[in-house]
Amino acid sequence: MTLRATTSQTVGPFFSIGLERLNRAGLAGPGIAGERVTIEGRVLDADGVGVPDAIIELWQANSYGKYAHPEDPQDKPMEAAFQGYGRIPTDEDGKFRFATVKPGAVPGPDGKLQAPHIAVSVFMRGLLRRLVTRIYFPDEPGNAGDFALSLVAPERRQTLIARKTPGTDELLKWDVIMQGPGETVFFDC
Amino acid sequence: MSNLPGYRRALTGTQPEYLHPAYVSSRKRAPAQPLVYLPHTLSEITGPVFAPETVNVKACDLTRQHSGEPLGERIIVSGRVLDEDGKPVRKTLVEVWQANAAGRYRHKVDQHQAPLDANFSGHGYALTDSEGRYRFITVRPGAYPWGNHHNAWRPAHVHFSVFGPAFATRLVTQMYFPGDPLLPFDPIYNCTADESARQQLISAFDWESTIPGHALGYKFDIILNGREATPMEK
Ligand SMILES: [Fe+2]
Repeated sequence: MTLRATTSQTVGPFFSIGLERLNRAGLAGPGIAGERVTIEGRVLDADGVGVPDAIIELWQANSYGKYAHPEDPQDKPMEAAFQGYGRIPTDEDGKFRFATVKPGAVPGPDGKLQAPHIAVSVFMRGLLRRLVTRIYFPDEPGNAGDFALSLVAPERRQTLIARKTPGTDELLKWDVIMQGPGETVFFDC
Repeated sequence: MSNLPGYRRALTGTQPEYLHPAYVSSRKRAPAQPLVYLPHTLSEITGPVFAPETVNVKACDLTRQHSGEPLGERIIVSGRVLDEDGKPVRKTLVEVWQANAAGRYRHKVDQHQAPLDANFSGHGYALTDSEGRYRFITVRPGAYPWGNHHNAWRPAHVHFSVFGPAFATRLVTQMYFPGDPLLPFDPIYNCTADESARQQLISAFDWESTIPGHALGYKFDIILNGREATPMEK
């Protein structure tokens, strides 16, 4: 190692100028296989107030559990029109909402499959460095033995699992709580 | 599967802590709980790939996005995206945004009483080439006041967003200018404990990229996390 990684700085309040060109709240076009889900929630600060100047980025496998990336060695179907990337700014109440397909399971380092999940980056004014978290899905048998969930204290795991909405299978709720009671689990990634 | 190498982690002090009380906005937005260490899995060693986009000169020339030329001192900001081993990070997306020469952002939240420039939007993007190089033509951004504390001013800076090869390498940072007298007083620049890590954010004046009679050159290399040794190399 000859060089050292550049240090992070906040996105500040004006990130939409540079980042909105690649905002994407619809990850899966009409031809993409899989179970459709919409996930919505809020980013909340230590006082429970919505953060109006946050932006989340998403990274996920397709419904077969294949990443659109050259280092995914799995022999699973690729979908040329599915990139697996999302970027959603919060609105004035701290709300965000995106639509995608539920990702398939991908392998973990223990040789077992990981439970289906979406990798999430969180940026905002006041945050000096990206925060990383994950969205898991409710009623998923694989959650019980999942590699990353097992690293988390049992009483905090539910912060990573999206909640069902009564009366529909398609709409899930998942909040990002920055600090305090119910604080979201963030990973050192 | 289990033997795909992950990416290296930051050395202590070379990345900011989340809570930096001098930066007031961090107080209610920094997590209170410690982060949970996540060994890298396939989900972290892969990441979004952006197809080489149609070459769009205007995307990396911020002085030619409108009918007229923006006001201010024209500059060239260029450099390479490398990993910690010095290897170029090829075909990766670099996004930039900045204030105009008067220190005003084209954004509804920016209330600074400095003029907007009808000929300057303040954003650009590029894909690095096969040597990891990028290059933007822009104007030198102005310093601007902000509400963090009495008489607070941000030093002139350009915001950078870089993806790199994996989810684990995602970086958002800011580039500063050499000799800026505001740097010692800026809680954002000073949020990183390690002095040499901070200084890595300051671009270098560069004769080589300076265009005679037209624009001064500033060089800014961006280093992304290097790769762990593969199991075979260990
Ligand atoms: Fe800024």
